[in-house]
Amino acid sequence: MATIAQAIRMALHYGEKHLGVTDVFGEDVGPPLGGVFTATQGLKTAWNTPLDERGIIGTAMGIAYAGGRPVCEIQFCDYAFNVIDMLKVAGNQRWASGGEFDMPIVVMTPTGAGIRGSLYHSHCFESWASRLPGWKVVMPSNALDAYGLMLAAIQDPNPVFVLLPKALLRARDTRLIPGEPADPEELSRMIDAPVGDRTDWEPQWPEVGEHIVHIGTAELVREGNDGTIISYGRPLPLCVQAADELARDHNHSFDVIDLRSIFPYDWNTITRSVAKTGRVLIVNEDTEVTNYAEHLLRRVVDEHFYDLTVRPRTLMGKHVPGIGMHQNYERNSVPQLGDIRAALRELATDAA
Amino acid sequence: MPELNEDPPDEARAARRLVHTIAPAVIRSGREVISAELALTVFRQMIRTRALEERSIKMSKSGEAYFWIGGPGEEAFNVCLGLQVNKGFGPAHDFLHLHYRNSGVMVAMGMPMIDHVRQLAMRWTDPHSKGRNFVGHYAVKAWNVVPVSSVIEVQFAMAPGTALVQRRHGLRNPHEAEGITVVVGGEAGTAEGDFESCLNWSTRPGAELPVLMLVTNNRFGISTDLHSVSVDQRVADRAAPYGIRAETVDGNDPVLVWNALDRAMRYCRRERKPFLLEAHVSRMHGHSSSSGAQRNWAEADPLAAFEQKLIDCGATDTATVKLMREDAKREADDAVVQAMSEPEPAREDVPAFTYARSSVDAVYPEDYTGLPGMQ
Repeated sequence: MATIAQAIRMALHYGEKHLGVTDVFGEDVGPPLGGVFTATQGLKTAWNTPLDERGIIGTAMGIAYAGGRPVCEIQFCDYAFNVIDMLKVAGNQRWASGGEFDMPIVVMTPTGAGIRGSLYHSHCFESWASRLPGWKVVMPSNALDAYGLMLAAIQDPNPVFVLLPKALLRARDTRLIPGEPADPEELSRMIDAPVGDRTDWEPQWPEVGEHIVHIGTAELVREGNDGTIISYGRPLPLCVQAADELARDHNHSFDVIDLRSIFPYDWNTITRSVAKTGRVLIVNEDTEVTNYAEHLLRRVVDEHFYDLTVRPRTLMGKHVPGIGMHQNYERNSVPQLGDIRAALRELATDAA
Repeated sequence: MPELNEDPPDEARAARRLVHTIAPAVIRSGREVISAELALTVFRQMIRTRALEERSIKMSKSGEAYFWIGGPGEEAFNVCLGLQVNKGFGPAHDFLHLHYRNSGVMVAMGMPMIDHVRQLAMRWTDPHSKGRNFVGHYAVKAWNVVPVSSVIEVQFAMAPGTALVQRRHGLRNPHEAEGITVVVGGEAGTAEGDFESCLNWSTRPGAELPVLMLVTNNRFGISTDLHSVSVDQRVADRAAPYGIRAETVDGNDPVLVWNALDRAMRYCRRERKPFLLEAHVSRMHGHSSSSGAQRNWAEADPLAAFEQKLIDCGATDTATVKLMREDAKREADDAVVQAMSEPEPAREDVPAFTYARSSVDAVYPEDYTGLPGMQ
């Protein structure tokens, strides 16, 4: 029943205790705040850095070179653009050194719109991240996957981006992380820092257990025959809701794939579903020009051209410079439930 | 009484001859000294480095290689650094975040010439990058030499990370508390924010880091004169706002630069705090092969100056120097002949070493093999 923020916190605690995590750091990551989304409260190895993203990524790389196991945070992915060349370097260290140097770093960062964040708390990052060879990029849409993907990211000896959908960070899962108390109120009493003075506060960590979501594994969250929806992160629950509504109201059924890994992605799951349905819609909230979804679309066209019964589709964010503060800006530039529902209906009913 | 390596007055010609037949115990520059034995070691490594760089330039012009970049003119600084590194693997030893003019550091540390040439010749046997990177872009895990990148100054953002681990390692293991992080860059690169990141991250109160920041100042960024883009002040002065100890030294004088590095390293090792050392050096063949790599005769030659000094004071003689030079040239020539006969990277080598083996990756449990599902 944890939120994504709580799940990340518990995963990092598990990482400190069992997986050798030496440092959890970034801007406002350590006490007293424990992260602007509370994802790093109470962690033993959490510390605050100067307000310097290049220093954060560079220091993570240095810690990794010297044998440490760092997890660092860029407070919002909107502030990762000034560090894109450091990310490039981190991704190529192993290849460039002919296998001499591994780069076991985890970078987590909140991504996407949905928190009324205006221009600079609403960017998406998965398309940028997908253009960093040498990296692995994961993006959960729920707390249990956030826990499992974070444990995988920590254990993977390569650089891994954990992109966290901002709008879902406080979304509660219906399932439990192994070892998590069943009562969400109890969990909150144990691991949420109190409001106000926290000087003497210490978390009471539940004995959380191992739960790994392997990198490169998608989850088929709904099964059906009238089309394939591929999504991840924030729009994923909307896709599920739209599919459920269309099943109820119009008797259409869909395969809904939660991709979970941007790279490497689970091509086997995609290809199996597309071959079955012949109809595909890819949904994300990133801007539509040179969007990661276009890569998936290219592979669908290349490898399933004769399996497709209707034209394959994408539903993406508008190519505009930003998300405006007034909700009309966001509602009309980022795919909404209604947009997804309409696109799905069209996908299912388009004449073959 | 004149200093040993200063010209004596004419009337003391006889006495001078006498002095010159006895090898001096020390070599001086002003008030600084190093032993004559050390001076000859430094000199020999400077000769080897120069021979390697001159052969490298030749390779780039002959078609045996393409792009050349390196450090002729920085031999004094680089060799004195390489000989003082606490060489080894792990946080008990020094970490080196070098840039692409540090061949002398590696030669002095014991890198065989051929390992430099293998990279320039783009061989699969290149231990630094498998024929992938420009020359001088070293990577030696066993010596904590982290991969050199062409991206200017990123090494200054990484240095606090290795130093942080060394700081902790030293606190937990007091008998292994001397490892420091050495980071090197040019003066043009100090305009990048990463330089300031290093100053800032090395001086967090209560978490000061043992980082030796070295700036080799050759006064140019490719073609741009430093004084046309930056205020005329010492790079070393950039340390002042952070309370970091700093010094500027003539990097072309091995006696001075040896002692400056010795002082700076001692301070970082013992105090576990940062130090910024700026060394003025020459750039004798321009930026790289892209500007022709011709000898720039306006630049002082630290090797020729040191040779003259050692001969003048009787520490060596022209015949010995000639032999040393021939040995070094032969060593470089042999390395080129050998490297050129070694295998080149092949088509199937392109994706190799992208990913380390992972037990939690369903697609790439071993290494990269092309796009998912296309193996």
